[in-house]
Amino acid sequence: MSKRKAYYTSKVKRATHMLFYRRHKKPGVKGWELRKGLGSDYPKVISILDDYLKTLDLQVKTVFEEEKPSEKPTLEELDKARFYITLRGELTPKETKMIGWRIDDLAGLAITIAYVISKKGKAPRKEVEELLSEKLLGWKVGLNVDRYIRYGYLTQDENGQLYLDWRTRAEVDQKALIDLLLKTGTRPAA
Amino acid sequence: MQSKKEQKKIGREKLQHIIEMCMSVESRTMEPFLLNVDDVIKVIKEYFPQWKQPEDLCLDAETIHHLASVIKLQSEWIKNRSTSLYTDPFLLEEKLTQIKEEEMIDTFLKAWHPIIELEQISLHSLAESIRYWETLIPLKERWKEFPAPEIETMRASREELIKQKILMDKAFSEELENFWQELKKKVEEKGEGQKILYWDFVGAETHEETVQRAFMTSFLVTYGYATLEIRPLEEKIFIRAYKKPPAKTGGKQQISIPIAITHDDWQRWKRGGEK
Repeated sequence: MSKRKAYYTSKVKRATHMLFYRRHKKPGVKGWELRKGLGSDYPKVISILDDYLKTLDLQVKTVFEEEKPSEKPTLEELDKARFYITLRGELTPKETKMIGWRIDDLAGLAITIAYVISKKGKAPRKEVEELLSEKLLGWKVGLNVDRYIRYGYLTQDENGQLYLDWRTRAEVDQKALIDLLLKTGTRPAA
Repeated sequence: MQSKKEQKKIGREKLQHIIEMCMSVESRTMEPFLLNVDDVIKVIKEYFPQWKQPEDLCLDAETIHHLASVIKLQSEWIKNRSTSLYTDPFLLEEKLTQIKEEEMIDTFLKAWHPIIELEQISLHSLAESIRYWETLIPLKERWKEFPAPEIETMRASREELIKQKILMDKAFSEELENFWQELKKKVEEKGEGQKILYWDFVGAETHEETVQRAFMTSFLVTYGYATLEIRPLEEKIFIRAYKKPPAKTGGKQQISIPIAITHDDWQRWKRGGEK
């Protein structure tokens, strides 16, 4: 094995440890932490790891502090970004049960996220609960919203307004979700 | 024709109204473009020459500040509408209310890529923890770094005690002898069974004097001129005077009995006549 290859193999292993194991309260690692642990060429190490993870249907997801830069991100933007390992492809409905989600709860989460997006990223909790209670049991609605907040999909301010939180930004392709939703066939309400 | 005062009042009300409208936009209860920025600027310009008082100028500045926030929100609104992410919220809401649960799940799963994470301890963190443990200073040593404040005790010289008016400038043995005689006399007068209540003997008109008497009493007891009799259940201390001082204090093991002579104790004795 060439020196160069051995160098990157060891760095990829270290990056795997840093990214797979939770180091803080929230999962994911900040870019500056990767730089500290892997050296200044960490974007290249991450790119090699991401390539390797393709075969496992996983990916390294980069969530930028602000909007995703349209061009190649600068080192400063990468340092401030948070890196996660996420699923690259899709889960089947059956698989969601294996990771602890009931189908109703997941549908509620999907509706909530889509609704908050439709309201430009901010919606009153009351409105969301009204929407959810059309199809979910009343007593479950509040509990579900609390759960989405606890998991980091949503956050709530002191005025009862809901916003999308860090986990939604890391896990949900918001543009794809809206595009797909608009493409779905509409049926008149029963 | 309105007076200047009335005009100013109307101006202030208008600015307050503008601020409230801007705040509605800021809190997203009103669309940003429902506020006509040109009209607002006209109003601000119209009244600005009349403002002389600092409060009015502050109100004017506050209006400008809120207006700037609205302009920023208008710019964001345009940016959002121009992006491919923008969709008509009503259309989306309509979809959300009509979509079937299974269909929603299928749609969401196509856009959802959950985070993969492990919470188990890794070899690396175990090694780090061991390294940390090895360098961790034991609690005993760490606590040494923050010793509790101690009051330094020192031996007081006779000169110092005289200076503090605890002792009088007489030969100490002579003083002690006189004090012993006083104790014997008091025991005879007020005591019962060759003893007297400790506080009845040491208690004096002032606290300072009481402390001085307690100090002297401690020497009487130490040198064998008297002894203390403690009744814990009754919480009483008696002092018994010997008729003759013993030649030696050895033989019996001596013990120290701390007796607090606080100002409160002294006052309590004064009020009640005894401790």
